[in-house]
Amino acid sequence: MTHIIQPGAIDCDIHPNVPNVAALLPYMEDHWREQVIVRGIDELASIAYPANSPLTCRSDWRPADGSQPASSLAQVRAQALDPFATSIAIANCLYGVQLLFSEDMAAAYARAVNKWMAAEWLDREPRLRASIIVAAQNPELAVDEIERCAGDKRFVQVLLLVSGDQPLGKRQMWPIYAAAQRHGLAVGIHAGSSYHNPPTSVGWPSYYTEDYVSQAQAFQSQLTSLICEGVFNKFPDLKVVFLESGFTWVPAHLWRLTKFWRGLRMEIPWVDRAPADIVRSNVRFSLQPVDGPPDRDSLLRIFDHLQSDELILFSTDYPHWQFDGNAAIPDGLPAELVRKMTHDNPRATYPRLLETVA
Amino acid sequence: MSRHVVAAASEIAPGERKLVSVRGRPIAIFNLDGEFYGMLNRCPHQGGPMCEGKITGLVTAPEPGKYDYSHAGAIVRCPWHGWEFNIRTGQSYCEPERFKTRTYPVEVADGAAVVEGPYVAERIAVSVEERYLVVDL
Repeated sequence: MTHIIQPGAIDCDIHPNVPNVAALLPYMEDHWREQVIVRGIDELASIAYPANSPLTCRSDWRPADGSQPASSLAQVRAQALDPFATSIAIANCLYGVQLLFSEDMAAAYARAVNKWMAAEWLDREPRLRASIIVAAQNPELAVDEIERCAGDKRFVQVLLLVSGDQPLGKRQMWPIYAAAQRHGLAVGIHAGSSYHNPPTSVGWPSYYTEDYVSQAQAFQSQLTSLICEGVFNKFPDLKVVFLESGFTWVPAHLWRLTKFWRGLRMEIPWVDRAPADIVRSNVRFSLQPVDGPPDRDSLLRIFDHLQSDELILFSTDYPHWQFDGNAAIPDGLPAELVRKMTHDNPRATYPRLLETVA
Repeated sequence: MSRHVVAAASEIAPGERKLVSVRGRPIAIFNLDGEFYGMLNRCPHQGGPMCEGKITGLVTAPEPGKYDYSHAGAIVRCPWHGWEFNIRTGQSYCEPERFKTRTYPVEVADGAAVVEGPYVAERIAVSVEERYLVVDL
């Protein structure tokens, strides 16, 4: 049996794609537009989602003409919004911005993507909201972009990749969190890497499978970093959303972190609550991809271990292939839990949704 | 309940501790600047011997990167897993509402009074010139 999602669900992670670099040119400043043309930059894609990988786009969602998946509003409406009776979907555009070593060029691309998102998507589809893409390579430039976009309440989040140049709890990153908290924006941390460091903590892997599965370890490291560095002590109102992170690892990781915190508290004395308490007040996780527990009871046990029904936010992860048909919600979850994931938890996590949704 | 003479006060110098046994119960006696405190020698976590723990101060933080140091010499860390306890109160510092260790008041009595009794001093030879540590149990 597949859950019938009640109408009005809020999908917290979909991925409209930039169709090609040319689509961004109208939104680039003169110098950068000329640089893109003169240098012959015809693509800025990350290898995080190889074009023909089944994960990158579900087969029945691939355009017949071979064009970039999820790159037109018609596709997104027909494939991501209408089938799930979605009232709101948050667009997290994954592009190569974070991979660039030129901070100025990265910031220029980030501005272009955000302007393109506002004009080509948000202006045309009232069900869409979006994340602000930033060049996290340079937090000062990232804050500039947050400030530029923050007045537009359709931007509900600042998007970072889970693997960038350094652990995200580091104080160099704090201006980004300060700006997000100031403007009521969540900080979304999405699977993916700038590939400035190996995507696993033990070095460069050989296979895509290793890269993708290791995202969960990167999320564990970032969760630990954010808590241990005291981000949530400094920014108590900040909501951090782990996107495409999986969540079955969360309970066990928190057991481990709490255990070592109890013996090493004096090293991080600002951490004055158990890590699990901090997660429950400040951190959320998107639903898809659901790791593959063997049966319904195993999945329910994970929710028991999470000790809260407020942590998981509904997501389809469209167009990534995480489920078939409309089975975005795993079988057998209690209706009340589903209701919280699809409706209540997103509203509680993204205060800006309340400002733009009647 | 009876009063047990557990040691001569001179046996435990300031900053030092000594393991004693009262009615079969292992108790760590700490000397904090001339005041004596007793703590059950079993960490509430997994039973580690508190008497063998490192003695430290307490660091707290009003915000990340700000370190407030207090309670110098008044915290003992369990030697097994590093949990911290306030020697005076038994309070822990990770989840104080969940974890506390048992403490015992330690009284200092003059030898003359101890000689008169009523005290239990099975293994302590008492002299009127000394002062003694007494635990009620």
